[in-house]
Order: sequence, then structure tokens, then C-alpha cells
Amino acid sequence: MPFELKPAPHITPPTSVPLVMRRLLYALVPAAIAHTWYFGWGLCINLAIAVCAALAAEALVLRFRRRAIRPGIADMSAVVTAVLLAFALPPLAPWWLPALGAASAIVLAKHLYGGLGSNLFNPAMVGYVILLISFPIEMTQWLTPAELAPAADRLGLWAQLTYSVTGQLPFDLSLDALTQATPLDQIKEGLGEMRTLNEIQIGPLFGSYGGRGWEWINGWIALGGFYLLYCGVIRWHIPVSLLAAMLSFATFMYAVDPSRYPSPGFHLFSGAALLGAFFIATDPVTAAGTNGGRLIYGAAIGILTYAIRTWGSYPEGLAFAVLLMNAAVPLLDRYTRPRIYGRA
Amino acid sequence: MTEYQIHRHMTGGVRLVARKRMSTARTINRTLRPKRLIIPMTQQLGPPATPSVVPGQRVITGQPVGEPGRAPSAAAHAPRSGKVLAVEERLVPGGSQLLKSQCVVLAVDDKSTDADIEPASEWPNLDADRIQAIRNAGIVGLGGAAFPTADKLGATERCGTLILNGAECEPYISCDDMLMREHATDILRGTQTMLDLLGAERCLLGIERDKPVAIESMAAAIADLGDARIRLAAVTSKYPAGGERQLIELLTGMEVPSGKYPIAAGCVCQNVGTAYAVGRLVRLGEPLTTRIVSVTGEGVAEPQNVEVSIGTPIRELIEHCGGYVGDVPRLILGGTMMGYAVSSDELPVTKATNCVIAVHSDEIRDRYEEWPCIRCGDCADVCPARLLPQDLLPRSRTYDFDQLKILGLNDCIECGCCDVVCPSHIPLTAYFRDAKRAQRLHEQHQHLADTSQIRYLRKQERLRLQDEQSELHHTELKAQVAKDSGSRQETIQAALDRVQRRRNSDDRIT
Repeated sequence: MPFELKPAPHITPPTSVPLVMRRLLYALVPAAIAHTWYFGWGLCINLAIAVCAALAAEALVLRFRRRAIRPGIADMSAVVTAVLLAFALPPLAPWWLPALGAASAIVLAKHLYGGLGSNLFNPAMVGYVILLISFPIEMTQWLTPAELAPAADRLGLWAQLTYSVTGQLPFDLSLDALTQATPLDQIKEGLGEMRTLNEIQIGPLFGSYGGRGWEWINGWIALGGFYLLYCGVIRWHIPVSLLAAMLSFATFMYAVDPSRYPSPGFHLFSGAALLGAFFIATDPVTAAGTNGGRLIYGAAIGILTYAIRTWGSYPEGLAFAVLLMNAAVPLLDRYTRPRIYGRA
Repeated sequence: MTEYQIHRHMTGGVRLVARKRMSTARTINRTLRPKRLIIPMTQQLGPPATPSVVPGQRVITGQPVGEPGRAPSAAAHAPRSGKVLAVEERLVPGGSQLLKSQCVVLAVDDKSTDADIEPASEWPNLDADRIQAIRNAGIVGLGGAAFPTADKLGATERCGTLILNGAECEPYISCDDMLMREHATDILRGTQTMLDLLGAERCLLGIERDKPVAIESMAAAIADLGDARIRLAAVTSKYPAGGERQLIELLTGMEVPSGKYPIAAGCVCQNVGTAYAVGRLVRLGEPLTTRIVSVTGEGVAEPQNVEVSIGTPIRELIEHCGGYVGDVPRLILGGTMMGYAVSSDELPVTKATNCVIAVHSDEIRDRYEEWPCIRCGDCADVCPARLLPQDLLPRSRTYDFDQLKILGLNDCIECGCCDVVCPSHIPLTAYFRDAKRAQRLHEQHQHLADTSQIRYLRKQERLRLQDEQSELHHTELKAQVAKDSGSRQETIQAALDRVQRRRNSDDRIT
């Protein structure tokens, strides 16, 4: 009887791309629950819209490119992009914000470069930056954490859905009453008004380290990051070098003038530092591909993020830092190749 | 005896499910009597042997049927007595693929009176004769590459360390394990002979830690022998610790220079099976006519190690082990990492065949889907050569040979580690093998193109020189003619003058 001819090795890998993507999603579940706890149903609505928009955009582009649609959808990479983008959006947002962000992430950042594996820039961050530049007002209206808002001002699922779809709030509420700037925003503004940090940080938005609510969400994000490290989905190099670089920079500046520069703990637990360190900068497609490169890449993102937060015109700089370093990856990879066995 | 201290950790590698126990439960089976033998002339890395028998001739056990060709080559022998049916070209298993080779096909009669067995050869006293004896005994590396042992031992470069490879890192294979359990003394005898021939100071025997019985057996034999040159080292059970370059790295901390043989690092690597064959030659004067083969996999009824006459068809070997069970879609020669699938079980066992796996359909999940590379770099983490497979892949697809050279395609040992960790299920090793083949072709073409260009330029030069010379000749001729014509003019003029003078004088006379 004739036997089949298959090339060696005759062992199938235990992992797969969809499994890696699913693990990323599992790792974000606790943070999503915490987010919903503090800021209401907004994240869930944004997640649903962004995921649908991303999948629709993926299917459409694959069709235009005459590629098979099913595997492109089934690999879950579009879902991961949409979920990471939704985490970066304000919870109270009109429906077209996550939809537009997700669609532009998939179409512009991913498929124009050749689809999964070929994109130079992190799609979620491209989507985020497009929204941030195009719709600065919608992108900076953050809900007040639930525990600070009076019971009457908390929005239910229905009210948030209504706002998302129609832009209408219940008649007795106004947008100004519901939203506030983020802690990072407030610090930026406060410092601009020549107030000291002590004066700014006695505000109700600030918790023990970072922003109230934020510090807990970020804690759960870090836990998800540890799960990814444990599963081997990500390596330690990027998160460690990113956080170490950012924290040591922050510690130095804090030591120089604690009234103008927030503590390293605040930088760690506010904004997107932990989400970026574990979930965004570690995106394998757009990150450096050698261990040496990963260390430089992570450290540079940490330093750039701190610099943009402190001296730039935007309160959060992670997205810009990631995109800047994405562009440097080919160079990093080129100059950090390991020495090949048996070569001098 | 103290255990040898390992120098450093191996680069890369993966831990695999070994699946060796299914074939180590039974002792080596020595009762296989094949009815037919197909003895290939190409069983070694190097030129084929020349058949020295004709169809119809009767051969006796141990009689040479092929004379070694130009070095590096090795002889071939009849493992059993019988009648030569044919000497013909057939497809036979080589080191990493099937190849065409002249074969001596034998109908075995298995008579075993003294007259039917080739008398044992005497072990000579001189080193050069001993190396010739090893060549004539047809001994080649039994680890899989089948490099003629005589040529490794006879190399002129200085060798300080003999690396004895008993690591056996590939899944399923257990022939070296069983050999070390049952024949430690003969292995060591062969090792001592090889040490003497190489003039090496020490021998390091590397065995993977997952073979405690073999380690114990070899340790006891080394202690009995009391040869201080031979030392045992238990190495990590991580694939591919048994790769020549990896084992040298593990045991000595040295790296074999890129593109060179281990001797460039002062090492010679020999498989324990080869040492056993040399030991048998020294003790009994026997040529290499049999080898131990692991017959294993869920698709065979009684997986075990069998002493097989070289040339036995795989089908007879499988039948000896109880035949196939269930659905067996794939037959692999070698392990599951580097072995290759063959389409027929009519192929013979050769000196390079260490394992035959009858794969049951439940045993191997196939890759149905392939995703694009997401550059996760898991492949680079496990690459024992420290290559970046994620960077090699796109260039292998486009045959970008200049970049591939820089990225080290030729340093790839095709171990398959990158393949088995790839979440995108890309057959990386297959791509790299293909790119290497294309590169060899490209280089051949390049060489042809280069030599033709040189030829063309030389011809141009020759033609130019020719032209120049003929030009020169021409001008010379012209000058000659001009000169000649000038002198003729003078002669004519002189004659005319003479005539004129005579006329004038004649006028005066008349």
C-alpha cells in the first residue's frame, strides 16, 4: 500500500494563532469587569460595536483582496485589535467612535500593509490616534468613576445605549455633570495653571496611587499580563524594560521636584502604562523580533511615554510612543541580530 | 568514576514527548531471517561502492559484494549466504531522502556451515592498515549521516577529543539506548580503538538523562575497563542535544566554526553504534552487515529493536514485529523530527536506517490550517543555531540568496525545532530545505555563468591579440613591400640609366 509523503518534522505544534489571540482576550476579562464596575456599561457597548465593526471591515477587505474570509475572521486577530482599541476609548462615546476607530485600524493600519503579520504599525494604536486627532472632544469626555458620582448621575445600560446610538441623554442629565477629565488630563491642566501637584491631587479623582478606579483596573490588567507571561504568549523583555525605563525616569524627576512631577506610582497606575506594557507594546507583529531589540524597544517606549506625558501637548503618550518605536523596529532588528552558532 | 562536568547549556532546543518506552520494553530481537536482501552500493556519504559480484553467483555470509569507491567510500557485504538474483539500479533510502543506487539483490539460502561463512579477518598492527580494514569492513557512521568512518579516523588534522554520541535525542528512536544497555563492553572496545587511531587524549560519552539504564550500564563498563581517557556525561534531554554541533557545544563549550567539520574545533564525533561496529571488527573480525533498528509507532503490533541484516525489505521487518495494526497512513524512516516519510515498504534497510515508524492515524494530528507569520519569535528562541527563522522565511520564499547568506541559511541544521513551536503552523524547515536546494542550484548556475564569462573574456583577448598580431604583420609586409618596391624602382632606374649611358656611348661611336 502506498504511504503519504509529508515533509519532516512529523509533529504538529501545540499552539496556534487563534489560541494565542484567545489567551490575550481571556487575560483582559478581569480588567473588563473592573472597568464596568467603575465606569458602567460603556466599555461593554464600545467593545461590542468595535468588535462588530472590526470583523465587518476585515471581511469586506478580505473580499476586496480576493482572500478567503473565514480563516481571516477565525484567527481572532481583528477581535483583539478591536478589544484593545475599546479599552482605550472613553466609556461614554457615540457609536461611530469605536466603529470608525476599529474600521480604520483594520483597513488602514492592517490591510493596507498586507494584512495579518505584515503591518508595520500597531493597528489598535493607529485607530486610537486617528480618533484622538480627529475628535479631541469626544475622546476626552471620561465618565466620573461610579463611586464618586451621586446615585442619580449614574447611567444604566439603557441610558448608555441610548446615548451611544442617538446622542441623547436622559432629560434630567447633562454631559457636563457626568463627565470629567481623566487624572492625567487634570494634572496637565493643573500644572499649566501653575498649581502644585499637592493642590491638584487632593481632588476626588485621585486615589492612593493613580486615578480612583483606574488604579484597580490597572491592577487587573497587570494580573492579565502575568497570565500572558505564564502562558508564554508574551516574553518578559518588553514589559520589564518599558516599565523599568518609565519608572526610573519618573523616580528621577520626582526626586528632583515632587511638586511638579507626579510620583512613579502615579505614572504606573494611571493611564495606559500597564495596558501598553503587557498588551500593546508586546504585539509580536509590530514589536522588535530579537531579545536585544525588545529591551531597547520597550525602554524607548517607556521613556517616550513619560516624556510625552510630561512635556508634550497630550496628557497620555503611550500610543504615540508605540507608533514611533514601531517605525524603528526594522532598524532595531537589523542591529540586534544574535551571533549565529559557529560564527565569529 | 566521577561524572564529567558539562561546560555550558545548549542554545535553543525543545523538550519533546520522547515516546521511546514503547520500543524499549523488549530486549534486542535477533531472530529475523529475511528471505530477500537488497544491498545498495550507496550507503555512505560519498562515492558508491563498485559491485564485485555478477547475477547467478553464490555468495557466502560476510563476503564483500561491493568494493569501496574513491575515498570517502566504504565496502558492502552480503549479510547472509545466498544467490545473486540481479545487480540493478533501484531507489534506496539515503540520509535525508531517497536516492538511486546500484543494488545487489540476493535470494537468501541461509546455509551456515563453516564453508558458507567468510573467515574472520585478522586485526592488523599498523594504523594505516587498521584504517584500511575499517574501510574494507564497510563501517560508516550509524547515527544517520553514514559518513565513512575510516575517513573520519584517518583525517590528518589533530583531534583532541573524541565525542561519543549516545544522546539519541529524537523521539521514538531507541536503538542506541538498547545497544548501550546490552553491549557496553563492545562499544568501549571500539571506542578505545578509535581513540588510538585518532591519537586523541580523551573521549566524552554524551547520553541524555532520560536513559538511566543505559547511563548505568555504560558507567559500570567504563569503571570495569579503567581507561581514564573515557568519561561519561549525562546531558539534558532536550532535542537536538544529539546533534553533532550541539553535543560538542554541550560537552566542550566549543562551537564548530560555521561551514566546517567538527575537526576544525579539534573534535571527532562518532555514534555509539559505530563504536560497536568497530568493536566487533576488532574482536571478531566481522564486517558491518547488520545494524539495530527501532521498529516502533502505534501502527506496528510489537514495537521493539531488531538486529537487521542490511538490505532487509522494511515490509519483512514490520511483519517480523507482528505486522501493521489499524490504519497506518504514514511510514517514517528516522525519528519524527528529521526522519522522512516514504511511500513504499519495499525499500531496504540501509546502514543509515536507525528507525522505522509505522504511524497510526490517531498518532499524528495533521496541520490543516496555516496562518501568516505573526513574528512572535518563538522559532528564534528554540533555534540551536541562533538563527532568526522569522527573518529567513520571507527571504526563503523569494529566494533572496544574498540576504539568506547574511542571515545564515547554511548554518540551519534542519532540526525542525522552529516548526514544532510555530503558532502559525508554517512548515519552516521545508521552506529552508527548499531554499538551500535552490541556492545550490543558483550557485551552480552562477559558477557556470562565471566560467563561461571567463572563457568569453579570454577568447576576446585572444582574438584581440590575434588581430593585433596580424595588423602588425600586415604593416610589416607593407613596409617590406614599400621597401622592396623602392629598391625595384632603383634597379629599374639603374638599368634605364645603364641603357641610356650605353645609348649615349653608342651614339658617340656611330
